[in-house]
Amino acid sequence: MKSKLIAISVACALTIGTLFSSQVMAAETIKVGILHSLSGTMAISETTLKDTMLMLIDEQNKKGGLLGKQLEAVVVDPASDWPLFAEKARELIEKEKVAAVFGCWTSVSRKSVLPVFEELNNLLFYPVQYEGEESSQNVFYTGAAPNQQAIPAVDYLMNDMGVKRWVLAGTDYVYPRTTNKILEAYLKAKGVAAEDIMINYTPFGHSDWQSIVADIKKFGSLGKKTAVVSTINGDANVPFYKELGNQGITADNIPVVAFSVGEEELSGIDTKPLVGHLAAWNYFMSVDSESNDAFIESWQKFIKSEKRVTNDPMEAHYIGFNMWIKAVEKAGTTDPSAVQDAIIGVTVPNLSGGYSAMMPNHHITKPVLIGEIQDNGQFEVVWQTAGMVVGDAWSDFLEGSKDLISDWRKPLSCGNYNVKSGKCSGQQ
Amino acid sequence: MQSAPSSPCSFKTLLILILTALLLPLAGPGHAEDPKAQFTEGTTLLIQGDFEQKRNGIQKIATSGDKRAKAVLMALQDGNLFLVKKDNTLVYANTENSPVDIMSVFSGDVLKSVKKRKLKKITINNTLRTQLKDVLAKIDLNSPDAKVREEAVNKLAVSLTPESSGLLSELLETETNSDVRDALTTAMAIADLRSPDNEKKLLALSRLQGNLNPTVRNEIQRLISEKQDISIRNKAESVLSTIEAKTTLYGLAETIFFGLSLGSVLVLAAIGLAITFGVIGVINMAHGELIMLGAYTTYVMQQMLPNSIGIALFLSIPAAFIVSGLTGIVIERSVIRFLYGRPLETLLATFGVSLILQQAVRSVFSPLNRSVASPAWMSGSLQINPILSLTTNRITILIFSLLVFTGLYLLLKKSSIGLQVRAVSQNRNMARAMGIRAAKVDALTFGLGSGIAGIAGVALSQLTNVGPNLGQAYIIDSFMVVVFGGVGNLWGTLIGGLSLGVANKFLEPWAGAVLAKILILVFIILFIQKRPQGLFPQKGRAAG
Repeated sequence: MKSKLIAISVACALTIGTLFSSQVMAAETIKVGILHSLSGTMAISETTLKDTMLMLIDEQNKKGGLLGKQLEAVVVDPASDWPLFAEKARELIEKEKVAAVFGCWTSVSRKSVLPVFEELNNLLFYPVQYEGEESSQNVFYTGAAPNQQAIPAVDYLMNDMGVKRWVLAGTDYVYPRTTNKILEAYLKAKGVAAEDIMINYTPFGHSDWQSIVADIKKFGSLGKKTAVVSTINGDANVPFYKELGNQGITADNIPVVAFSVGEEELSGIDTKPLVGHLAAWNYFMSVDSESNDAFIESWQKFIKSEKRVTNDPMEAHYIGFNMWIKAVEKAGTTDPSAVQDAIIGVTVPNLSGGYSAMMPNHHITKPVLIGEIQDNGQFEVVWQTAGMVVGDAWSDFLEGSKDLISDWRKPLSCGNYNVKSGKCSGQQ
Repeated sequence: MQSAPSSPCSFKTLLILILTALLLPLAGPGHAEDPKAQFTEGTTLLIQGDFEQKRNGIQKIATSGDKRAKAVLMALQDGNLFLVKKDNTLVYANTENSPVDIMSVFSGDVLKSVKKRKLKKITINNTLRTQLKDVLAKIDLNSPDAKVREEAVNKLAVSLTPESSGLLSELLETETNSDVRDALTTAMAIADLRSPDNEKKLLALSRLQGNLNPTVRNEIQRLISEKQDISIRNKAESVLSTIEAKTTLYGLAETIFFGLSLGSVLVLAAIGLAITFGVIGVINMAHGELIMLGAYTTYVMQQMLPNSIGIALFLSIPAAFIVSGLTGIVIERSVIRFLYGRPLETLLATFGVSLILQQAVRSVFSPLNRSVASPAWMSGSLQINPILSLTTNRITILIFSLLVFTGLYLLLKKSSIGLQVRAVSQNRNMARAMGIRAAKVDALTFGLGSGIAGIAGVALSQLTNVGPNLGQAYIIDSFMVVVFGGVGNLWGTLIGGLSLGVANKFLEPWAGAVLAKILILVFIILFIQKRPQGLFPQKGRAAG
């Protein structure tokens, strides 16, 4: 009796097995980690990126998944807590066994997870503009490096708007400090005198801008065309722009060009007093291209709101995710080392109508766009680079980094190769 | 009062504006032979052109002398000029309403309303905006409104050309308004500073004595840097020193105002805490979140009354008081009352409550910041003179904060509930013996402190982001003010808050915003070492 039962069940199992082998295979999924803060200070920016990733994974699954398998998103919440980022990254890689991780916003969170990714050899796609001066074998920087955002913006102000005096205003942490150091060196190299540069740092979430804006006004009243280059982060921008408006600083007397203000940030402000102030990004929601229209449509459908906007880091995830998909297909496996080799040179369409490629230094090529804020909270592109700009990991304008290059192709495989001494130090 | 440029609020006002503009006589330099043809040519460039062509188009329209020129240029500046996609007609429109009412530029006829998507905006960039300001200033020189004329003169004075100074001197002959005459003489004097005639220069310099216009200062500095006669150089230097003395004085006044305004925000945020912490001795870490709830109440009120932002703001004051006050009472009844006399546990428990409130707001309103609009009378600034202007929102909040303080002070000193609160805080047992229900008074006091925090939230919604983290930014500052001013003393909170604000603003230009904050914190630590009771210690038995 007992043996008969076993025989039947074995027979059943075999039949089902042969009949549905493909489905059984498909039940095994490829896991993708999403490491974005869903609570705490950074939730304001990062929640949107989590949703973007969920949408991209959902769409890929509808297209048939990857390597015949379905993708499965594993979402964790590092709660804007930098050490927790490292713990959660470890959990994703060791416990969940994800094939790649998409995540981080602030530079300090990236620095916190970096050793984890290098130790466990996994992949991180980092979608936010950052200060450069870094290149890791395990990180792919799909946001802008300084030469893909800050330098072209300064060029635009200098050449097209005739700006002679510069205010570099930023929040007091690593990204603005490094960017401003690069910009200061760049401006001085272009012949701007030291007294024509004013540098100012404020704490995170600074809300009392009265005296700083008054100083900027005074600095700009000396008859030379003045502009503010702002690396002020997230939240502090709203009171900053409000104060500018109240003190009567408009875009035609002192324009402000911002590197951290996008559509998402503007959706919390009345933009009428800001019309004409500028932002430099690699993507704007208003960009006129078919791929962008499709992206916006599917985003608003996915998030079930026609009011939600798209922004630059979302595009970076779009590019990064598609590059990873292509590289995995090319390598035929999700093994991180194989994907690292395969992804260099992969080219995918971006949302501004061109193609972005992954370079050997793990940065990508992007167009640089300058947009003016409009009264509907969108940007109008007023200038853009002729072609794609290659992200530069090591700035050419800083002592100690201008001789460094990064090339992760074999046999060099080095993140900071010194072309003068011919040595690779540290990261390799 | 100079208020920030705001677009006309309805289509009707826009129409009236345009019609008045149409009736104004135009004085473009160099009238064209055929205004109409040149005007049409200009608008064609606007429609098709890239920014360079638009630039030419604006120039053509401005110099055409056509009656419609000013209206078109103003609409272009304000972003009210559109193109109907279907038949390429140029129209005025205000896209706030849907469907959009439109009016033809050429005929002035009101056309059939269309959907927003059928219109394409004529966009401009900063270069064009500057150009528009310039050409409109020239047109404005003939405006019937003296204020407009004065501004137009000041705009032109910044970059004088021989052509425009000629225009200004012509105007001086006929101008009757004294303010405009002053502006014109200043502009002429600036022009004279550049003349080769030394006599003229000296005369101009004495006319510019003590003039605070920034252009004047720059021109004199330029004059000094160039090779000049010794008499002119001396004169210029003495004039410059009078200007700089005045500038320093007004700079000082400005810094004090900034300090008082920062201080008033600190007082507002801290005063509720002065009651809960000072009077009943509860370390309430959720105080910041009660402020945040007040700010969100303002947001909700504005959503309910989208057309009357000012009224919504006024109604938010009692509403926020009730919302935050009730939340405070709930917190007191459900958590804090079990923990009286155990400060550490209270601290931890209220910290937990603060996290719960933050995440609750994140779940209800999303983690994104909400936009709270400011009514028109709260934006812009009060122009005292060319270098000193006080922003209206800050003045309003300074006054508001003093009002709240006075109200609270009177409540505590003059009302019977105030008497009970003070009695319980001074000697709980004795008060109970006199028949006061201490538990009820505790709840009411906590509710009062929380309600005041809610009111502070209404004020803060006008200055900063309304988001889940709003409270965190103010909790440390609030404790700082209360401890510095002396626990349990309202006057201490007021004086403490204002003096910390002023000290901060005096340190800021010298040390930078980050270091100024640190220095203030270090100062308070040292101060507390010396005087643990703060500025105004409680006296007598209550001090124990």
